[in-house]
Amino acid sequence: VTTAGRRRTDGAPQTVSQLLSAKEIAIACGPGGVGKTTTAASIAAMAAAEHGGRVLVLTVDPAKRLADALGLKGIGNDEVRIADDVFKEAGVTPRGELWAAMLDTKQSWDDLIALHAPDATTRQQILDNPLYQNISGRFVQSHDYIAMERLYEIHAEGKYDLIVVDTPPTRNALDFLDAPQRMADFFSSRLLRWLIVPYRSRLVNVATKPFYQIADRILGTQFLADISEFFILFQSMYEGFVTRAEAVTRLLSDRRTTFMVVSTLEATPVREAEFFSAELTQRKLHLGAVVLNKVMPPYLRDSRSTKLAQSLLDRADELAEGLSDDPVVAGRVLAEVGESFLNFGIVARREAEQQAELRDAPDILVTVPFFDADIYDMGGLLQLGAQVWE
Amino acid sequence: VTAHAPDLLQLRLVFVTGKGGVGKTTVAAALSSLAAEHGKRVLMCEVDAKGDLAALFESHTADFTPREVAPNIWSMSMDTEASLREYLKLHLRIPVVGRIGPLAKAFDFVATAAPGVREILTVGKFCWEVRERHYDLVVVDAPASGHIIGQLAAPQAINDLVKVGLIRGQTDWMLDILSDPAQTGLLAVTTPEEMPVSETLELVTRVKEETTVTMSGVVVNRVLPELFGRGEEEIFEQLRQPELVEVLSQRAGGDVTPVLEAARLATTMRRTRSTHLQRLQAGLPKGMPVLLLPYLFTRTHGMRTTRQVAQSLAEELGL
Repeated sequence: VTTAGRRRTDGAPQTVSQLLSAKEIAIACGPGGVGKTTTAASIAAMAAAEHGGRVLVLTVDPAKRLADALGLKGIGNDEVRIADDVFKEAGVTPRGELWAAMLDTKQSWDDLIALHAPDATTRQQILDNPLYQNISGRFVQSHDYIAMERLYEIHAEGKYDLIVVDTPPTRNALDFLDAPQRMADFFSSRLLRWLIVPYRSRLVNVATKPFYQIADRILGTQFLADISEFFILFQSMYEGFVTRAEAVTRLLSDRRTTFMVVSTLEATPVREAEFFSAELTQRKLHLGAVVLNKVMPPYLRDSRSTKLAQSLLDRADELAEGLSDDPVVAGRVLAEVGESFLNFGIVARREAEQQAELRDAPDILVTVPFFDADIYDMGGLLQLGAQVWE
Repeated sequence: VTAHAPDLLQLRLVFVTGKGGVGKTTVAAALSSLAAEHGKRVLMCEVDAKGDLAALFESHTADFTPREVAPNIWSMSMDTEASLREYLKLHLRIPVVGRIGPLAKAFDFVATAAPGVREILTVGKFCWEVRERHYDLVVVDAPASGHIIGQLAAPQAINDLVKVGLIRGQTDWMLDILSDPAQTGLLAVTTPEEMPVSETLELVTRVKEETTVTMSGVVVNRVLPELFGRGEEEIFEQLRQPELVEVLSQRAGGDVTPVLEAARLATTMRRTRSTHLQRLQAGLPKGMPVLLLPYLFTRTHGMRTTRQVAQSLAEELGL
């Protein structure tokens, strides 16, 4: 795609506000530690305040601070509404409603089993199975899947005009995109049948025998038996799972869904964000916007100010003369001020360089300046949100 | 700095973890560099293969076979499939040549079905390198905080799940190495910011409750320098009065407002960060070493950064 081709004038959204006014799901993704959760929450708060309707922020991060900022004691698996008073304290009367929920992986898995299990006995057997408990509680990839599954479920209920979701901090940023497909592949795997059959019929054919011999030697027969028991139970839910996983995949590529890549301008996150953007495009998923957080203010790169900072450093004592009762300290302060500007200038230029390298940026690229204080209330969220919004 | 800190270089296996974006890879590289300077043969291993670790030594992406990237430093990248192949060859004497396709599929399946298999092949490889004494120190650029627990707890989890078989026998000696504070340590990297500090405190609790590994300390990266000394900030505030700014601008030959504004931003940033640093120190168990690394005002990443961080680390460790 050429640059000229991307800068369309055919009414393509130019701001996050325009983008989200036509979407039902916004997925904030990108490297870890760049403020995904906060960005997602601030966008949702803006949407509720400005666009109206019912907006849900679905987070995977058990951030206590976010709960505090939203005026909640805690955020759980069930959606709760943010009181209008919380907005009013920030001087805003929201046009719509803001709701929040946090993904509880274990609870969501249990709900999913309850949904697909053919009967109460099977359900209980699965819930009691040690392997299931391990998978649902500890198994890393299961978080990726269940996050998308829960998004699907909430969306299908049709209770919200917009759902903003932040993605789990995956080992590989793409894991959660692949998770539904992998889950479907997993349950339809021929290997799965291989593994289950002998424990059902005790008939091992010549072709599969070596596999079992190796597997037995490594894992022990009991463990293999445990695994197969688990999958025999799961097989009863096979159809439901595969159909559901496919539906989740479809939802991610639906026109009503958009992805927002969040990053900072540090070298490593930028590289990950770039990789992520390219992958989204390649998978024909809608990359709606790139949000760059914690960006150093541009005035730090100004060449005139840089020269002045250098003067402050070089001619500190001369410049400080008569400005203060204590000219020695004043001179030292000016030198420190000049040096500090030059130091942060280096960082700001490094960041600008990184930004220039974001070649595959979509139409909407937003930079959010470094806030000097942390965000701890709705006012802070809306302040951040306003930077992203227009 | 506490008396325990220099012991870091006496360990045989160090996992370096932390929330994404805090500089965990840089710290792993710096630690490796420092250990090598002190005559250790170091294997550093990247678990989430992004090629960043080797890049900090100006080297190309590493793969499963270690390669010397600097004197006394070997770099490798974890690949659980390759680890399985090595395991089968070494322990079961099953050479797997050629038929990688079916094996990969079978492995992928078992790894997905049996939680902990992938993790144990990762941790197992490190423990094995420690046991075989191929290197003096193994430095692991481990997964981010959330995932490290699963990895370090895997041998115990497998031990609980698998009652017999070869794996069971293997997890026993792995646990011996992982549980020995004289051999294995975990270094948590953070920045003095809200979320990283909260996650680090949570990590420290979980490491204690869910794993058998001992924390070696917490590295606080990107600590901003104190801009003003005693009494200087008052003078700075005086200088920011409009009439003085005007005089200063005239003398300097241009509007100095942005330069003063940058200094104000720097001081507030520093202040916000120091409250998080205090919160971290207050929340950590008594005696836990905390190593402070300064914010680097440098142009690039690479060997230059590695050297600077290693230097700061050495100072913090009293080396």
